[in-house]
Amino acid sequence: MTALAEAGRFPARSQNVARALRAVLPALSLILVLLGIAWLNPRAISYLGFNLMLNLAIPIALATLAQMFVITVNELDLSIGPFVSFVGCVTATMLRDSPLLGVGVLLVCIAIYAGLGALIHLRRLPSIVVTLGMSFVWQGAAILLLPKPGGRPPDWLLALMGWKPPLVPFPIIAAIVIAAVAYFGLMRTSYGAVLRGAGGNEQAIGRAGWSLLKIKVVMFGLAGVFGVLSGLALIGTTTSGDANIGNGYTLLSIAGVILGGGEFVGGRVSPIGAVIGALTLALAASPLLTFMHIPPDWQVGANGAILIVVLAARVLISRREARR
Amino acid sequence: MAEPGDIIKLGGVEKRFGAVRALDGVDFVVHSGECVGLVGHNGAGKSTLMHILAGTGTPDAGAIEILGTAQTDYSVIRARQLGIRCVFQELSLSPNLTVAENTRVSHASLRGIGWRRRAGALIKTKLDEIFPRHGIEPGDIVGDLPIGRRQMVEVARAFTVTDEPLRLVVLDEPTSSLDARTAGQLLQFVRGAVANGLSCILISHLLGEILSASNRIVVMRDGKVVATDATSAFDRDRLVATMGGTVRKPRQAAGEGERARAEKPVCVRARPQGQADGRELRAHEGEIIGLAGLAGHGQTRLLLDIFESAERRRPGVEVSGPVALVAGDRQTDGIFPLWSISDNIAITSLRLLQRGGLIDAAKESSLAAHWRQRMGIRTPDVRNNILSLSGGNQQKVLFARALGSDARIILMDDPMRGVDVGTKLEVYDLVRQEAAAGRTFVWYTTETEELENCDHVYVFRNGRIVADLDRSEVTEEKVIQSSFAEASA
Repeated sequence: MTALAEAGRFPARSQNVARALRAVLPALSLILVLLGIAWLNPRAISYLGFNLMLNLAIPIALATLAQMFVITVNELDLSIGPFVSFVGCVTATMLRDSPLLGVGVLLVCIAIYAGLGALIHLRRLPSIVVTLGMSFVWQGAAILLLPKPGGRPPDWLLALMGWKPPLVPFPIIAAIVIAAVAYFGLMRTSYGAVLRGAGGNEQAIGRAGWSLLKIKVVMFGLAGVFGVLSGLALIGTTTSGDANIGNGYTLLSIAGVILGGGEFVGGRVSPIGAVIGALTLALAASPLLTFMHIPPDWQVGANGAILIVVLAARVLISRREARR
Repeated sequence: MAEPGDIIKLGGVEKRFGAVRALDGVDFVVHSGECVGLVGHNGAGKSTLMHILAGTGTPDAGAIEILGTAQTDYSVIRARQLGIRCVFQELSLSPNLTVAENTRVSHASLRGIGWRRRAGALIKTKLDEIFPRHGIEPGDIVGDLPIGRRQMVEVARAFTVTDEPLRLVVLDEPTSSLDARTAGQLLQFVRGAVANGLSCILISHLLGEILSASNRIVVMRDGKVVATDATSAFDRDRLVATMGGTVRKPRQAAGEGERARAEKPVCVRARPQGQADGRELRAHEGEIIGLAGLAGHGQTRLLLDIFESAERRRPGVEVSGPVALVAGDRQTDGIFPLWSISDNIAITSLRLLQRGGLIDAAKESSLAAHWRQRMGIRTPDVRNNILSLSGGNQQKVLFARALGSDARIILMDDPMRGVDVGTKLEVYDLVRQEAAAGRTFVWYTTETEELENCDHVYVFRNGRIVADLDRSEVTEEKVIQSSFAEASA
């Protein structure tokens, strides 16, 4: 018994190093990508350049946060991409033609998300299966609503996403605001601690008298809210809808959370890291590759290669942490 | 401070898990301002009883009365409102949160601006009070703390008070990961708190702790309370005797077994990791070796070490031949649920069944048919799915798998858990036959009666061998005596 007490006086030093690495990695990879862009095309590092390169990063960041809320409670959302597509279609059609109906539909979407959380908790269903099924539902609904690309978002949304504040490009301001809100809500509030605790030890939270059902509903509901925001931001940027527009977001959002220092299980997530991860992916996805003169046909494949490299670095760091 | 009367009164509480009666009509009272020591062997029902008190388990029958009021809709939240807290044996902290955040989780009122600071101050004050010089900061992430400190946090958290009252704290093996010094600090704190009017239930396998910290002792056995008396009326021997029941007579003259033993070659030699003295497990050919002691004290670890050493050499472990393992938790470690009975039997013997790189179907079915007949597996056809069998028969399949292989050494990881008596007797017979034919068995069991089948028994505590009993010396009393150590040990 004495051996047990002596075995770990303090967390080993190497563990602290690994933890610091994990915290720095998202920022480091973002800087690396930015350096690459600056080297390939110095003119891109400017107000206009950032505006162009990062405008698609905002919807990705919002979708990544949606995914992060779900991952916090040890679940996975495979439907976030088609969901963003569907929200985009609603935004490009109903929200402009009959705003009340459009808002109503979006609220119902959020309610459905919250309901999925309840269903997954009460019936003990694997979230992967439920959300994979839902992804086809959202996809189908999106195609029904907007069979051909087109439509137009409401003007206020276009005005918001096209805003050009002085000095700092809008996408950067938006990313900072989004990260700050999510960080404060999940990491600093007292209920946020309970929400994350449910990811770490569900039983302990239940034994302390908290409703696990409510926690799952809140987390999936939040995922729905951020998914809707992502769809709005996406259509506000692209100015027209498409039933397949957000489909790649499922993978991007998961990669963003992990790249940002989160773990699939155990409630270990970082909202700031997730937003940085999303920005990195958004930059690496298209601008960097274009500047490298990689033809569009090969960009998707190159994208996947970048994801593998970055996530492999993350895994190596986690493994080092586990081997204390 | 003390409130008059009883804090808790349970009447005729019953709880079943499937066919197992975990609690069989328990009456249990805790007065205010007393520390009740609760003791009993594995599976006596202590933890189930505590879960019912904490509101995390609901009894199938019986009445719960708290502070003189009958509780109809008892729950975790109700228990907390009434001032009942539990420190469970398995830790209830979220490893991804800080110490302060974990404190907040158990106090609904710690919210609003500055909650983090208030939660930190609350837990720090309590830690300072119970465990001076604890070296824990409120901002530490629990997952980074060694297990002993996590337990200190958990215990201290149970004693923190905000807006809900604190009347009774249940401590289920609170010192299992603490060293002697911090365990002493905790017991001293408990004695002080009880003197100030708090009530406590203390569960511990260290009888010295129970005897020194409690006012009254309740002994449980087989889901029933078998004795209740003031602590002063008990001593170590009486406690052990009450827990263990009847004392059995030795069946074989001492010395005879020893002599027979030395003549056979040694098949397994294994020393648990962390064994400080020179004790080691030795199994001679044709012997049945029992591993005893409380559950989870390193028996399974040693079995796995022996098993792995057959593939790759491990320090301190030597085996002389092929090894097979019969898993205890058959649902997770044992059966292939989608496969047929015969596939499940044949999986460890594939090398023997091969012909030209493929499995010989005829050989496989004859192997399965042989073991179906030999083990008495009750099925019309061995090609049926394994899940068509009852639990006991599934376990027989796992035995057939091990015995049907070419393994000379069979390791058994408490395989008879939840198996009916008839099946058990059949398997005991078979094990004895196989041992007589020269196979060696190393058998971990949580049921003391099963040790009667063993030639030699090693008792484990805290991952080490603490007693080495020959067949003639094995009695339930002796096993319990060795598994429950003195607090000073």
